[in-house]
Amino acid sequence: MFTLTRDQVALVDAVRDFATNELAPHAAEWDETHYFPIEVLREAGRLGLGGIYASEQFGGSGLSRSDAVRIFEELAVGDPTIAAYISIHNMVVWMIDRFGDARQRARWLPSLTTMDALGSYCLTEPGMGSDAAALRTRAERVGDQYVLNGVKQFISGAGAAAVYVVMARTAETGSHGISAILVPADAPGLSFGPLEKKMGWHAQPTRQVIFDDVHVPVANRLGSEGDGFGIAMGALNGGRLNIGACSLGGGQFALDKAVAYLKTREAFGSPLIEKEALLFQLADMRMQLEAARTLLWRAADALDRGADDAVPLCAMAKRMATDAGFEVANASLQLHGGYGYLTEYGIERVVRDLRVHQILEGTNEIMRLIVGRDLAGA
Amino acid sequence: MKIAVLVKEVPDTWGDRRLDPSTKRVDRSSDVVVDEVDEKAVEIALQLQAANAGSTVTVVTMGPKRALDSLRKGLAMGADSAIHLVDDGLAGSDAVQTSAALAAALAPRGFDLVIAGNESTDGRTAAVPAMLAERLGVAQLTALRTLHVSGSTVSGERVTDDGYVDVETSLPAVVSVNEQIAEARYPSFKGIMGAKKKPVEVLGLGDLGLAAGDTGAANSWSVVHDVTARPARTGGTIVTDDGTAATQLADYLAAAKLI
Repeated sequence: MFTLTRDQVALVDAVRDFATNELAPHAAEWDETHYFPIEVLREAGRLGLGGIYASEQFGGSGLSRSDAVRIFEELAVGDPTIAAYISIHNMVVWMIDRFGDARQRARWLPSLTTMDALGSYCLTEPGMGSDAAALRTRAERVGDQYVLNGVKQFISGAGAAAVYVVMARTAETGSHGISAILVPADAPGLSFGPLEKKMGWHAQPTRQVIFDDVHVPVANRLGSEGDGFGIAMGALNGGRLNIGACSLGGGQFALDKAVAYLKTREAFGSPLIEKEALLFQLADMRMQLEAARTLLWRAADALDRGADDAVPLCAMAKRMATDAGFEVANASLQLHGGYGYLTEYGIERVVRDLRVHQILEGTNEIMRLIVGRDLAGA
Repeated sequence: MKIAVLVKEVPDTWGDRRLDPSTKRVDRSSDVVVDEVDEKAVEIALQLQAANAGSTVTVVTMGPKRALDSLRKGLAMGADSAIHLVDDGLAGSDAVQTSAALAAALAPRGFDLVIAGNESTDGRTAAVPAMLAERLGVAQLTALRTLHVSGSTVSGERVTDDGYVDVETSLPAVVSVNEQIAEARYPSFKGIMGAKKKPVEVLGLGDLGLAAGDTGAANSWSVVHDVTARPARTGGTIVTDDGTAATQLADYLAAAKLI
């Protein structure tokens, strides 16, 4: 698990080259101008980033979750926001690949895996985040169609995506009454709220997705009626690993910046890196990231093997990695002093971007709930 | 069209590169990568392949066992096959010997077009492509910034100190290209995973029909007498702006023949 094969090294090298050349040089500008670089996502699609762990039949790369966490970490060193969107896109692609029938897979996957078409994951609703099973968006069956009504909140890629995987209520039976339905962007009655103004993640759009008598064929449903909650939660296991990896990448970027800065910055007659109080801080940051990385790889390996403890391990890894990434980035900002607070140094952007990773894909409180309930139930 | 692309493993230009004073050779113990211009050569070869149905691209390197990684990079980008010249007796060969070994590998395999980078970032002799063309007895076009093949004609813009010259010749030919030729593609995940399934032909001195006395450092045609470390960086020239800074700067650049 901890020794990479030649192929695994080559995969990481290729992603590092891509992130270094195509993401990192533009991250500050995309943040400042709130620009969602879909043309760069198409480039990413050519590498195989559109369906990292989707099967090869319809254009997926057929890699493992363990490969994916290393890939997302490298992407996030270049730009955590773009890396995180690619993670969300991959959740959607995996849901269609894993639960779609032959016709759905053939229709959607070829353009999604190349990232010529983008995907959005629609679970959260206004006033309903952590208690996802209580969602109220309704899909009423009328003949061979579903009619959707409701609002989804905090949807990444909304307005830019070609397909929305919508978790909607098809029966009043709690989490068992939810179905996953594919809604194409051109469906009449589909609209979007204004771009949310937010602390970070400026390089990807976040909007409400609004359904007003949106008609889609029943054939657009993934899996059986009532399977939606399980499908959504299944996608989140991988999503949690990926977002944890995005936090690690951002944290590693911030740590590397801090080391470089403390080597050159002098105060009280010597470089700051020679002050042991600061050196110890750097050591702690490295330990935090390495511990989180080790857990993340272990959780990814568990998901690859379909291990019994994969779900709590993914939750543990998500919580530890997103906390570690944010705390390291924030510590790097402090070590940079006033310069860390300036946009020019790139640290404050990463702090802002990583903050939301502690909230989404299940808040870190929900991660503790998953782990705690697993303990209590054992 | 059968295309061969010469690729070379070199020390990463991002790291500290040094000459070993004891061997007077490039220290290859640091991180190594495919020379960037060679990745661009692979790219243009793949573009020519796409434009000429039925073409094949073979990447060729001479280097130690680990140089297989450089061939894998070319295969991951999309090349069909690879040839690896590897033998302890080849280590330390100079440009004359290297061209002999490459010619021995390429001649019997009948390539229509051999593409090389114009010079490596380590040895920087820029001599191997021309020597190889002589040994193969085919035409050569060097220092190209564009490259086209139409029927049996190969053409391009050859960069000179003053600009460029349009040049063309007939296949078979050896061409060398500079860093303007193309932007190398990123290898796709599928390309990376598929690279190890592609054929790599491994050739030693015996396979090449060369004798132990033909190649290697001990039989080199050229001798490095001395190597000196690059002098430490000095303060440089400071231009003080008394209102004429722009003029002073222009004069400085003109004196250095930079403008």
